[in-house]
Amino acid sequence: MKRFTNLFLQLDRTTKTNEKVELLKAYFLSAPEEDKIWALALFTGRRPPRPIKSSQVQEWALEQAGIPQWLYRESYSSVGDMAETISLLLPASESTSDKTLSDWFHDFIDLAKKTDDEKKAFLINAWKQLSPYEIFVFNKLMMGSFRIGVSQTLVIRAVSEATDQEAAVVTHRVMGNWDPQVTTFKELIHAENLADQHSKPYPFYLAYAIEDELDELGQPNEWFAEWKWDGIRAQIIYRNKELYIWSRGEELVTGKFPELHAFADFLPDGTVLDGEILCFTDERPLSFNVLQTRIGRKNVTKKILQEAPVALIAYDLLELNGTDIRKQSQEYRRQALEDLYKSTSAFPAFRLSRLLDFQKWDDLKSLHKQSRENIAEGFMIKRKAAAYQTGRKKGDWWKWKVDPLSVDAVLIYAQKGSGRRAELYTDYTFAVWDQGKLIPFAKAYSGLTDAEIRRVDHFVKNNTVEKFGPVRTVKPKLVFEIGFEGINASTRHKSGIAVRFPRMLRWREDKPAEEADTLENLRQILSQYR
Amino acid sequence: MAGLLTFTSSSIYCATANVHIDPWKPVDFAIITHAHSDHAKPGCKHYLAHKDSASILKLRLGNDISLQTVEYGEKFSINGVQFSLHPAGHVIGSAQIRVEHKGEVWVASGDYKVQDDYFSAAFEPVPCHTFITESTFGLPIYKWRPQQEVMNDIREWWKENQVQDKASVLMGYALGKMQRLVKNLQPFDHKVFAHGAIYNVNEQLRNAGFDLPYIPRVTADIDKKEYRGALILGTSSSLNTPWLKKFEPYSTGYCSGWMAVRGAKNRRSVDRGFVLSDHADWNELNWVIAETGAERVYVTHGYTDTFARWLNEKGIEAHEVKTSYGDEEEDVLPEEVVA
Repeated sequence: MKRFTNLFLQLDRTTKTNEKVELLKAYFLSAPEEDKIWALALFTGRRPPRPIKSSQVQEWALEQAGIPQWLYRESYSSVGDMAETISLLLPASESTSDKTLSDWFHDFIDLAKKTDDEKKAFLINAWKQLSPYEIFVFNKLMMGSFRIGVSQTLVIRAVSEATDQEAAVVTHRVMGNWDPQVTTFKELIHAENLADQHSKPYPFYLAYAIEDELDELGQPNEWFAEWKWDGIRAQIIYRNKELYIWSRGEELVTGKFPELHAFADFLPDGTVLDGEILCFTDERPLSFNVLQTRIGRKNVTKKILQEAPVALIAYDLLELNGTDIRKQSQEYRRQALEDLYKSTSAFPAFRLSRLLDFQKWDDLKSLHKQSRENIAEGFMIKRKAAAYQTGRKKGDWWKWKVDPLSVDAVLIYAQKGSGRRAELYTDYTFAVWDQGKLIPFAKAYSGLTDAEIRRVDHFVKNNTVEKFGPVRTVKPKLVFEIGFEGINASTRHKSGIAVRFPRMLRWREDKPAEEADTLENLRQILSQYR
Repeated sequence: MAGLLTFTSSSIYCATANVHIDPWKPVDFAIITHAHSDHAKPGCKHYLAHKDSASILKLRLGNDISLQTVEYGEKFSINGVQFSLHPAGHVIGSAQIRVEHKGEVWVASGDYKVQDDYFSAAFEPVPCHTFITESTFGLPIYKWRPQQEVMNDIREWWKENQVQDKASVLMGYALGKMQRLVKNLQPFDHKVFAHGAIYNVNEQLRNAGFDLPYIPRVTADIDKKEYRGALILGTSSSLNTPWLKKFEPYSTGYCSGWMAVRGAKNRRSVDRGFVLSDHADWNELNWVIAETGAERVYVTHGYTDTFARWLNEKGIEAHEVKTSYGDEEEDVLPEEVVA
């Protein structure tokens, strides 16, 4: 545990990518074999389920610290992280512990079967053996959100350097379904031919937003353009007579989409498709909101299957007859995808992403204006000569999104942020006018510069009307242009409207609050674009 | 309620004596707890402070101010009200103001810390009926380690940087924090330089006879090679400014109680946060209030509402008071109160 705590501490002290990779690399070169797999699991979001409910952890921590609940909440709102708050509140430890990372995890796993009293005794005893920073890391291990500014890409770079393997190979191995309880680091990273490798998706190739004018891309005939769909990016894998559906978040989502199981009946063995999962009715895609609601449900009911059936809009082919064809050109892969599509008996869940017809860049520009009518977010523009690359890379794939929808709204509530913004009021609620009243319609956290945040924070502190726990009601004075990607009717919101990805586009310092937009404005946008 | 001291729109005021404590607006007669700029404002006709505050008060408010100084524990009367100053341990010359009239005792403590920093006179609890306290770190998440441990961390960091041939830029409040660091980090086996603002404070104190080593200021004509492996003392506001450029390559360290929280450290993008404060931590605030035996407490700045509620729940009558001292409502850790 000391070694891992130290790694965590060192990572926390630097913002430099190269230093982080060096630290991780040193860890993977020197840590005990059985610890490495747990570290890798943590850094790639595979923490085992919480052994103790966080409400219990909190309750027992307060008991130890001798402070009331309200004081905990005040403390938490200044720290912004539960694991850290508890580590700062607990009394100083009495002894030390030599347990390793994997020892602790085995204890956590055993805890699942224990009674509440046993859990409590375990936890209090553990805290008494750990220093404050160790308690912080320990709490994270136990309950994470385990985010410390180390992306999966960084970890993979470190592991690949430490084990002397290609990063793409490591990525491929780390993605997918493995369990630190049964898989060893050696098996996962070094072993060559494992049966479970069949399930693994390829790392997704991700596009950057286009920065320059289209003309800068060169000749239009060197490029493909397609609608950019607003669904779930996914790979459909059919290998060894088994079907796997992976989302871009590297989640295995096969069970969520029974409609797509038909791919197993139609695809030849050794096929990997890349595309977008969307809900369709009457040949028309439905908004992302429908899909999101469906994913949120625990079970896929008949009703859902009827009302919001999904299909895959395929736009790339990564593996054909068991051969990885990612190094082939986009044009080659597109042709292979079309051939595959044609040779597959038609079934409704398999659709092909249409290539847009254009001669000049100007054609594309005028077509772009029809994005919203086509329920698309804009275009994907792909170089015909492009290989399918790993991760977010510039140059060959670009996304060209439509401008967000926007309204001018008034800041009415503010709350402190978390993590690095824990002392500042950074989380805001915005309202629009309706019959002389301000009706809240969206929360937004992002879009302002640090300097603007400090100014808004200052405003909040000097213009507080009321405090409700961590939330402050402020005088309705500041106006912001709020951008969003989608809009839907909602019975769960007071405004009757739910917007997707709201964010602050700019601070309208020129606009008095009275001139902000109205709920009627929002309803108009809703009727235009839903 | 008409008490011996009242909280007006310009100060903590003693009407019987017609004396103001730490006024933030110009008044005729001001008793100053310490020389930090949120407690010692310019423009008053007459000032009274501890004698160790004199040199810095003159540096900041002007050589020509009318200033009367006293020793700790020295009693003086104004209109029948008895006053005396007692060590607050916050910075050099910092004092708690004890006010007594007809058997009633109030103490206005200004800012204080309990750990002895070996430069300012060490804090002493003063028994009283009513105690006016700060609460800059009035949350139970703030608990300081012994000063020596933090100094060891700083030395270790400096050593690591020397190995990598980097300069170590250590930042903190120029008055208080920097003298504390110098006193407790010496003797130095490598070069040490100071930012002009710190140099001025140090030299003013040295000229007034205080025991501090000479630390040269950073100037444009110093060869950059001199900074390799050196310790550079910078002000809190030096962070992320071009002033740092000349020290490249360097590592930055920041000394403040706020550094106890990871988010506070990371938001400042410093390499190292050293948890070192010239204010009392949670346990110390509670200890001090118990030691004074006060029946009533006024909480002036910091986590006022939280700390007052906590005291009330513990059976000590406590009230929040609005003042202009380093208030979280006005400033989120501005340079001047990050002490």
